[in-house]
Amino acid sequence: MSIDEKTVRKVAKLARLALPEERVAPMARELNGIMAWIEQLNEVDVDGVEPMTSAVEGLSLPMREDVVTDGGDPERVLKNAPKAEDGFFVVPKVVE
Amino acid sequence: MTDLTSITLAEALDGLEKKQFSSAEITGAFLDAIAKANPHLNAYVLVTEERARAQAKASDARRAAGKAGPLEGAPLGIKDLFCTEGVRSTACSAILGEFTPTYESTVTANLFRDGAIMLGKLNMDEFAMGSSNETSHFGPVVSPWRRGNEDAKLTPGGSSGGSAAAVSADLCLGATATDTGGSIRQPAAFTGTVGVKPTYGRCSRWGIVAFASSLDQAGPIAKTVEDAAMLLHSMAGHDPKDSTSLPNPLPDFRAATRRSIKGMKIGVPEEYRVDGMPAEIEALWRQGIEWAKAAGCEIVPISLKHTKYALPTYYIVAPAEASSNLARYDGMRYGARASGRDLVGVYEQTRAKGFGAEVQRRILIGTYVLSAGYYDAYYLRAQKVRQRIAEDFRQAFAKVDAILTPATPSAAFALGEKGDDPVAMYLNDIFTVTANLAGLPALALPAALDKQGLPLGLQVIGKALDEESVFAVSAELERAAQFRAKAAKWWL
Repeated sequence: MSIDEKTVRKVAKLARLALPEERVAPMARELNGIMAWIEQLNEVDVDGVEPMTSAVEGLSLPMREDVVTDGGDPERVLKNAPKAEDGFFVVPKVVE
Repeated sequence: MTDLTSITLAEALDGLEKKQFSSAEITGAFLDAIAKANPHLNAYVLVTEERARAQAKASDARRAAGKAGPLEGAPLGIKDLFCTEGVRSTACSAILGEFTPTYESTVTANLFRDGAIMLGKLNMDEFAMGSSNETSHFGPVVSPWRRGNEDAKLTPGGSSGGSAAAVSADLCLGATATDTGGSIRQPAAFTGTVGVKPTYGRCSRWGIVAFASSLDQAGPIAKTVEDAAMLLHSMAGHDPKDSTSLPNPLPDFRAATRRSIKGMKIGVPEEYRVDGMPAEIEALWRQGIEWAKAAGCEIVPISLKHTKYALPTYYIVAPAEASSNLARYDGMRYGARASGRDLVGVYEQTRAKGFGAEVQRRILIGTYVLSAGYYDAYYLRAQKVRQRIAEDFRQAFAKVDAILTPATPSAAFALGEKGDDPVAMYLNDIFTVTANLAGLPALALPAALDKQGLPLGLQVIGKALDEESVFAVSAELERAAQFRAKAAKWWL
C-alpha cells in the first residue's frame, strides 16, 4: 500500500497541519519508507488473537462519584491563554 | 572536602544526615557545575537557581527540625516533559511556547513531598519523540562522553538525553525521565548511568505531557542501582488522578538491591541476537550471563518469537496515540498561536509552525493508520501483534524470574550521524521497546566500555509488578561489573 501525494494532502488536512506544497513529495517518500518497513506485520498470524487495549492485565478502569473535585479557578485556567478577556478564551470567529 | 557533585545520592543523603554538608552547600555546588558545563552540554533548558536555593534552605530547616523526608535536600534534575508549577514546561517543543503550568505533576509533587530540590528542567527530544535528543526545539544535548581522544560530539541518546547527560556529567544527583519505547534505558546505556522504566502504572502519568498513553512511563536515571531504587520509590505510588495508576502497595525497592539472587532463573532470549550486532555487545551479554551464573543463577534459554515485530508495532501504536494526544495543541488555550485566514487556517498554521519535523511525521503516520479504511489493516493488527509480544513474555516468565539482554544494539553515535533515515534511528530501541509494549519493568545498567571508551549497558526485564527482582539482579550485576568509568570533564 503506497501513500501518494493526494493521500499526504488528505492526511495533513485531517491532522490540521499546513504542509507547504514543496514538502508534499518528500513527506510522501518519508512516510512510504516507514510504512514499507511496517508492512512486515502482515507476516504475523493474528487469527483469533484479542487486540491488546491495556498495558496492565486485570485492571478495570476505576469509577468515582460524579462530583466536582476541582475547579472554580478561571484565572489559573486562563493563565497561559494566547488571548483572554473577561474570564474567557478569545478565539478566531467561528460562526458568521 | 571531596567534590560534592561526584558522590551518589545514597552518599549525599548520608552526608546530609551526618551534617557533613548542608543542602544549601550541595545545591550550590551543582549550580556552579551546571553554570560551567551547560554552555557545552546543553543538558538543562532552564536552570531554576533561585527556586533551588530557596528549596535547599527550607530543606535544611526541615532537617534541623527533625522532619527530614527520604530524599531530604537532594538536588535533582527534572525532564521538561513534567509539568512543574510556576516553572516553564515545554516538552522541548516550540508549540508550548512559554507554557507555565499552574499545577504540579504527581511525580514531581511526590519528589518534593520527600524533600527533593529541583535544579532545573532537562532537555529532551520534542514530545519525547526521538532517540538522540536531536529533535529538541532547544537543540541537541552533547554527551559528556567522547570516543577516545576525538572531539566529535556524541549523542547522549534520547529522548531523556538531558537527564542522562546531567547525571553522567555530575550536574545533579539523579533525574526524572520518561520511557515510551526506550527513552530512559537507551540514554542511560549511552552515558554509563542507570535507568529504570517501572511496570506500566507504577508512576502516575498525571501532569506529564502525553506522548503515547498506553506506553508512557516515568522513571529515574541515577548513578547507581541503589540510587535508582530510592528515586523510584519516591516517584511511584497510586494516584486517583490517573485512571491507569496501579493501586498496589509499593515494595521496598532499596532493600531489594541487597537481596541474594542465588537460585534465580535468568532467561536469555535467542531472538535478541540480531544481525549486525557488534561483537562487543555480544561479548558484554556473554559476560553478563557469566556474572549471573557466578552469583548462583540458573541460565535458561528462552524464546520471544515476535521480537522482530515489536518496533513496527510500536511505530503504529505510538504515532496513533500521539496523533490523538497532540490534537489538543490548537493554539487556543495555551502555547503560541499563529495567524491564518480562518479558524482552520489558524489551527493549521499554529501546528505547522509549532511542531518539528519528526513530530509532524509521527502525527501524519498516526492520522493515516487511524483513518477510515486503514484502521483494521494497521491499528487493529498492531494491537493484536502487541498481544502476541505480551504472550511471549507471559510464557517466558512461567519459566524464569528475570530476563537478561543487551540494552542497545550499539554504543552512542555522533550527532547528525543518523539524521537522514528515520527507520535507522528507530532501530536504536530494538531491545527496549518490547518492555513498553508488554508493560513490564526493565532497567539498564552500565557494564563495560567499548574499544573507543564508550559505555555499554545491559538490560534486566522483570515480570509485571516485580521491580524487586529487577533491582536484585541489577545490583548483583553492578557489583560484578565494577563499572567506575566517568567521562573526562573536557568542558572545564
